[in-house]
Amino acid sequence: MPQSAHSRSWIIALSLLVALMLTAMPLPEWAVNWRPAWVAMVLIYWCMALPDRVGIGISWTLGLLLDVQQGTVLGQNALGLAVIAFITLKSHQRLRVFPLVQQAFLVCGYILLFQIIVLWIKSMLGIPPMHWSYWMPAFSSMLLWPWIFIILRDVRRKFKVQ
Amino acid sequence: MFIDYRQDHLKVVREVLSTLVYPVQLAVNMPIKLGRNLSETLVSRKSLMEENSRLREQAHLLNTRLQRFDVIEAENLRLRALLGSTINFQDKVLIAELMAVELEPFRHLIEINKGRRDGVFEGQPVVDGGGIVGQVVHMGQFSSKVLLITDPNHAVPVQINRNGLRTIAVGTGQNNALLLEHLPNNADVKTGDLVVSSGLGQKFPRGYPVGTISEVTHEPGDPFSKVTVIPSARLAQNREVLLLWLSGEEGNHADGETKD
Repeated sequence: MPQSAHSRSWIIALSLLVALMLTAMPLPEWAVNWRPAWVAMVLIYWCMALPDRVGIGISWTLGLLLDVQQGTVLGQNALGLAVIAFITLKSHQRLRVFPLVQQAFLVCGYILLFQIIVLWIKSMLGIPPMHWSYWMPAFSSMLLWPWIFIILRDVRRKFKVQ
Repeated sequence: MFIDYRQDHLKVVREVLSTLVYPVQLAVNMPIKLGRNLSETLVSRKSLMEENSRLREQAHLLNTRLQRFDVIEAENLRLRALLGSTINFQDKVLIAELMAVELEPFRHLIEINKGRRDGVFEGQPVVDGGGIVGQVVHMGQFSSKVLLITDPNHAVPVQINRNGLRTIAVGTGQNNALLLEHLPNNADVKTGDLVVSSGLGQKFPRGYPVGTISEVTHEPGDPFSKVTVIPSARLAQNREVLLLWLSGEEGNHADGETKD
């Protein structure tokens, strides 16, 4: 049913939009550095679940939006997200059969990679964050991954996005 | 990325995209704004009255002080007329509201709800009741991003109000400290000195307060002393800021350059 599958694209778009909103949501002072990489997580999920629908192009565009939203150099998040989308696409069959805990560790690794790319770009621009808490989002994302996974899976099944 | 950083070709792209992203920011901002409005509506009568009387007192005080400034300004203009140089004190201002959205962590950026539509331009100085806040770095149709003076990549040309000593105030990355760079150990700086913008960078207007010196330390091995400044703008707390259009910005540019 190509037509009905197409009509469900808004679910994916909506989830990504929510992720963007969560990224901009103000948090209390202590939690700011722990903000999970929402966009990266949701993107990893869709790349894993529907590799033929969500790919590098969408990741790149989303990354650009994230750049503009956050006021970073255009392309910084875009490059990072495109790279993790690529890796997820390559490994989506393996990721799918892993138990949740193992998945979470892998997602943590992917997001660390994303952050290394961003850090690399930032240090080229001369604005490295220089604080260990820079790495915290990867770990908070790891802790949250099982919930994200379950919520998005249920949403996907309920609305039969495929 | 290189093109964005070194050249300006992607400004249009950024602007269009930022107009697209604006609804997202607005949606995030909405509940917080509603909450604030609600808590403002539900303030008790007593505290309102207290605030009212306090504000009235303050307005009274400021008005009194303003009268004196009027006289001084008139005198200053007269003296300047004698010297043959013109200067216009009337800067155009616009109040912008901060949007409650988080931007790039580890950088000191804020988003305000005024954009190109309201005539905001890149590099525009932003101030608040206390002093200089920062400058506009990116803008969209409806909103723009402001780099605070405390960002480690930001510097303001300043001078010390007491003796006119010129220096540069560089951000540290903490929102309660700036550093004055390259002040020799024998420079005449004291704790408590007011630091104002010198206007030499041609970005910020002259004479707006930047902060007060909180600490002067001399390292025996260092040629320069370490001078810390507490910003006088309420960078972490304010909800509204003022966008400034300098007089002499458009049209009479020749005037602006012969100011000093």
